[in-house]
Amino acid sequence: MKKVIMGNHALSYGAKLGRAQVIAAYPITPQTQVVELLSEMCADKSLDAMFIKVESEHSAMAACLGASLAGARTFTATSAQGLALMHELLHWASGGRLPVVMGNINRAMAPGWSIWSDQNDSLSQRDTGWMQFYCSSNQEVLDTVIQAFKVSEKLLIPSMVILDAFTLSHTYEVVDIPDQKKVDEYLPPFNPSIKLTPEEPHAFGGLTSPEHYFELRYKLQKEMEKAPALIEKTGKEYEKMFGRYLGLVEKHRCDDADLILITSGAMGSTARIAVDELRKEGIKAGNLRIKVFRPFPFEIIRNAVKGAKKIAVVDRNISYGHHGMFFEEVKSALYGYSDGLPVFGFITGLGGRDITPSTFKEITQYTLERDKPKEEIIWIGVKL
Amino acid sequence: MKKEKKMKLSLPEVELMNSGHMACQGCGATLAMRFALKALGQKVALCIPACCWSVIDGPFPYSSLDVPIFHCAFETAAVSASGVKAGLEMVGDKETTVVAWAGDGGTFDIGIQALSGVAERNDDIIYICYDNEAYMNTGIQRSSATPYGAWTTTTPVKHFKNRPKKDMEAIMAAHRIPYIATASIGYPEDLVKKVKKAKEIKGTKFLHIFAPCPPGWKSQPEDTIKLARMAVQNAIFPLYEIEWGEKYTLNIKLKEKKPINDYLKIQGRFRHLTKKEIVFIQEEVDKKWERLLLCVNRSK
Repeated sequence: MKKVIMGNHALSYGAKLGRAQVIAAYPITPQTQVVELLSEMCADKSLDAMFIKVESEHSAMAACLGASLAGARTFTATSAQGLALMHELLHWASGGRLPVVMGNINRAMAPGWSIWSDQNDSLSQRDTGWMQFYCSSNQEVLDTVIQAFKVSEKLLIPSMVILDAFTLSHTYEVVDIPDQKKVDEYLPPFNPSIKLTPEEPHAFGGLTSPEHYFELRYKLQKEMEKAPALIEKTGKEYEKMFGRYLGLVEKHRCDDADLILITSGAMGSTARIAVDELRKEGIKAGNLRIKVFRPFPFEIIRNAVKGAKKIAVVDRNISYGHHGMFFEEVKSALYGYSDGLPVFGFITGLGGRDITPSTFKEITQYTLERDKPKEEIIWIGVKL
Repeated sequence: MKKEKKMKLSLPEVELMNSGHMACQGCGATLAMRFALKALGQKVALCIPACCWSVIDGPFPYSSLDVPIFHCAFETAAVSASGVKAGLEMVGDKETTVVAWAGDGGTFDIGIQALSGVAERNDDIIYICYDNEAYMNTGIQRSSATPYGAWTTTTPVKHFKNRPKKDMEAIMAAHRIPYIATASIGYPEDLVKKVKKAKEIKGTKFLHIFAPCPPGWKSQPEDTIKLARMAVQNAIFPLYEIEWGEKYTLNIKLKEKKPINDYLKIQGRFRHLTKKEIVFIQEEVDKKWERLLLCVNRSK
């Protein structure tokens, strides 16, 4: 069934179709519609779930962890300050191997107060052991929630499904809402082999000496390394059943491109438009949108840029004292594999400043005019 | 034939706590757990945040308890329990009692926000705070449960704790939850009775168990029970219940309220106190006791 819905409701429908059993959430702009719709779904019993209306994001995640440990499928959603407040428990989720799925609406961090989009909230959580999926359409948001449950529960690693504030969260798009029966076929119920139950008492997360801790973290990484292949496999299965592939990256006219613009999130669709326009002007540009940031898809990125002469990475985030974070990661992936391919690092759109096709044209212009980057960070659109 | 006289136990026989745990000698918190589990039985799940008990239970891969434990983050005991309860219900287990088991720091200080949220929603869990009146696991730092006058490593004798212990029962009563009780390891029958009662009530139940700590209180391990009983008899820690935030019941009535001097004397943490300060503490205990009696009488 096709519906015109906002990105936030795409998250709610994803959680509903995924049959989340325990939801715990706290309101924050621009996430509120996610939990409003889920509250209604729980109230009218169209979703058989318990909704714990907690007093903070910290408690939202804590409740999800408890419920997940008891063997229930859990979902929450947040944004920016709320995600930062959860930080401690993000480690608890991955360390405890609890496959919580969470929606995060990318919003800039205060101060000054901002409710608009940038990626510093979720990228600040990159080392917490969560998988991170950056979506570029409402359809992809809905589909990815369902896929995330499947991948997370197989690996026992939590997932964050990420969408841009307002550009996606509050923008209405046509979304195909899959049939529940087919989703049930794709996503079987969560049934962990070990869980918290008096039938078989275990102590979870207790004091762990240097004799054991190291191996637990090794195992977490080893499972994380299985994620890229599993995401591709489950993405293909999804395509077979629902007609939409869910992969690690999305390529647009990359195969014969001289210049590849690397993007993430909603700006990926803007970049596609820019690429098509640039092509009309005779510039052989392409767009590689990185969807999965953790685990980082090294292999597929190395292969995708093989024929290119230049790379421009566009970040809507910054690691202060360093670079844009996608730029760092792309360079690290290409090191030793790309034979001196120049990689330009651009930062733009912080705090919700618009990113338009002309932004990408400016970036393209800059890149074409230079053999290699002269600056560590190339700022686009700063008004001084 | 001679009829055999059977001895009747005043506490349930079941033992869900085993030897080999990591507690200090004379640990009150250990007795609190042993008695509480006797009352709760096997069908229980515990959420234990950072506190002495996250060590006492034993390191991975050991556990001294025959019940499942979720070792959760410091400030999350109450809401972790809510999550576990919801999760269990959704997977078809509606019987298991879920207990948050936290120390005084995890309850009075860092965990109070989550606890308040759980109580306001009246989530169906038992919250048990075993109170040794300071951060003992980290090496005796003051908490808001530390009483007036006490020495701790962060309230040295030259600047001992100069604020009263937080009135946690009053705070919980303000949430209008179905059941609140104080209990003491010095009165195990009363403690077991209260835990059993809490188990039968739906909604949020808050139990506050007084649990002396020899290393932290600078007391002798053999005085743990004695101190726990003295604190009830001198009304420093009276045993009472509050139902729905309004109905107060005094469980151990005092024919003669003992003075606090002997109690303070056998604890090194109070050794520095002058007569003037002891008189002040006595006055404060008396006032608090009078207030409690007023609440109890009003409930009749």
